[in-house]
Amino acid sequence: MENAVHTHQLTKKFGSFIATNAITFDVAQGEIFGFLGANGAGKTTAMRMLCGLLKPSSGEATVAGFDVYRQSEKIKQNIGYMSQRFSLYEDLTVRENIRFYGGIYGLRRADIPVKTDQILRKLGIESVADSLVASLPLGWKQKLAFSVALIHEPKIVFLDEPTGGVDPITRRQFWDLIYEAAHGGTTVFVTTHYMDEAEYCNRVSIMVDGKMKALDTPSGLKTAYNVDSMDAVFQILARGTSTK
Amino acid sequence: MNRIRYMVEKEIRQLRRNPVLLRIMILAPIMQLILLSYAANYEVKNLNIAVVDGDHTTYSQRLVGKFRHLDNFNLTGYLSSDKKARQTLLAGDADLVLVIPPHFERDLEKAGSTTVQLLLNAIDGSKAGIANGYATAIIRDFSADILAETKVVSPGVVSQLTIENQYWYNPKLEYKTFMVPGVLFELLLLVGGLVSALNIVREKEIGTMEQLNVTPIRKHEFILGKSIPFVIVGLGLFTVGLLLGRFLFQIRIEGSVALMYVFALLFLILCVGLGLLISTLAENQQQALFVSFFVLVLFILLSGLFASTENMPVWAQWLNWLNPLKYIIEVGRNVMLKGSTFADVSRQFFVLGGMAVGLLLLASWRYRKTV
Repeated sequence: MENAVHTHQLTKKFGSFIATNAITFDVAQGEIFGFLGANGAGKTTAMRMLCGLLKPSSGEATVAGFDVYRQSEKIKQNIGYMSQRFSLYEDLTVRENIRFYGGIYGLRRADIPVKTDQILRKLGIESVADSLVASLPLGWKQKLAFSVALIHEPKIVFLDEPTGGVDPITRRQFWDLIYEAAHGGTTVFVTTHYMDEAEYCNRVSIMVDGKMKALDTPSGLKTAYNVDSMDAVFQILARGTSTK
Repeated sequence: MNRIRYMVEKEIRQLRRNPVLLRIMILAPIMQLILLSYAANYEVKNLNIAVVDGDHTTYSQRLVGKFRHLDNFNLTGYLSSDKKARQTLLAGDADLVLVIPPHFERDLEKAGSTTVQLLLNAIDGSKAGIANGYATAIIRDFSADILAETKVVSPGVVSQLTIENQYWYNPKLEYKTFMVPGVLFELLLLVGGLVSALNIVREKEIGTMEQLNVTPIRKHEFILGKSIPFVIVGLGLFTVGLLLGRFLFQIRIEGSVALMYVFALLFLILCVGLGLLISTLAENQQQALFVSFFVLVLFILLSGLFASTENMPVWAQWLNWLNPLKYIIEVGRNVMLKGSTFADVSRQFFVLGGMAVGLLLLASWRYRKTV
């Protein structure tokens, strides 16, 4: 089966600054792929290239089998995306946001109310369906944004630090949603700072200064570096220090 | 095609949910229309006139009396000397000073001619020119009276050439009539250009633009989806403006109303194109506001809304070739006041059409879903 994401020597330069330096990796279909790194390590740049928001400087990449240089519009039909910045319209209600993005993703008109009810029920937010998104707590907004990113049942969903700023319980619930999506066959590509979240991923890559320093399963990494937590692996790689 | 519908629906919802913006978009232009049309006025009234009377005779009194009986002039008082006259002008207490020389009456009776002097504050050149015109007419009128009285003998000898003026299209020379059609289109530029630019840049700021850029929405769908709501609001505003013009300012629309709407639609498309272009150049609302402000002020000042474009220097007239507001104001005035038909304004139609297409092409070329 074809890989959901494939890159080879993918590079992005901004002037003389190399944000993403020749990264090469594959993501299998249905996998939860963690993309770790300190702030400024190049995670978001790499993700933006894969989503067709940013043209790479060199290297190759395909997403859902489509080339990022020539077929970025094809890619967009097949991916969902949730950015760090909150991306729903605060001055529209929950229902109106779902309707809008459903319409933009080309859902049939009759399917939109069905899909809306599904999402509302799954998130348990029927009571606020007609409230403005601005009035929702952050955790709810993020879960809603995730569901909206999946509204067109994309093959791959890209999540850029989806759980920033929410409490541990909500984060746990958010990861339940991620598992559910992955279980349904959606590939999940997620960046995070949280090392406990890294443990939830099938495989994890760690980026340091634009380069990909490690790529393996969480347990594989822990064994390789002879430590007992992802946090320790990250300390060794990202900061060049050991917590031991 | 369907995506455009969802875009329009969303825009209208957001607009309705922002009552402050909506109110500003509707009320501010209407207030501007009323205020500008009443206040921006080149009719010269209430000119302060002071008199240096060096003669103190019946004739000099009669001349001064003529000024007194006109609305345009407001006699502030008599001055004792030329020096005082200079001071009064300097202090701004008088707009003009009439200096009547000594022996005014005697010279008039004996020699049949004499000279009076008008000193004018000409900082505002056109106002001074108009004041001079009014004053000259009064003095000429006075001298005709005197002539008629003294040369009673043979009225046939004084052959007079009189000119009778007929003011067409704006018979009462009302400034309002001149302003309303212009302001009407200027408002569309504000709503179509400025508000649309800010709207799109706001999506950039809050991050929804990026979200839209990862969806399969096509460029033209985005551009049309953003344009249609503003065109609708603009046409509504235009209707309100036309009604105000008709019923508040009593300006009859001589030409075809349908033609006015055709041009309003064309002009709104152009304005939204301009707004879109600005939004692709600006990163945030502040930048968009400054760029739009600069462009709009330039357009408005050069447009002929306030000052006739024919009197502008040649370079400004060249600049005006690129000024859509100039063309649309010509159309507005000609169709509304003169009753021009499409054939009379077809040149403007094609120029504006070309500009609209150009701006939209430029905007869609600049608008990229990928950076």
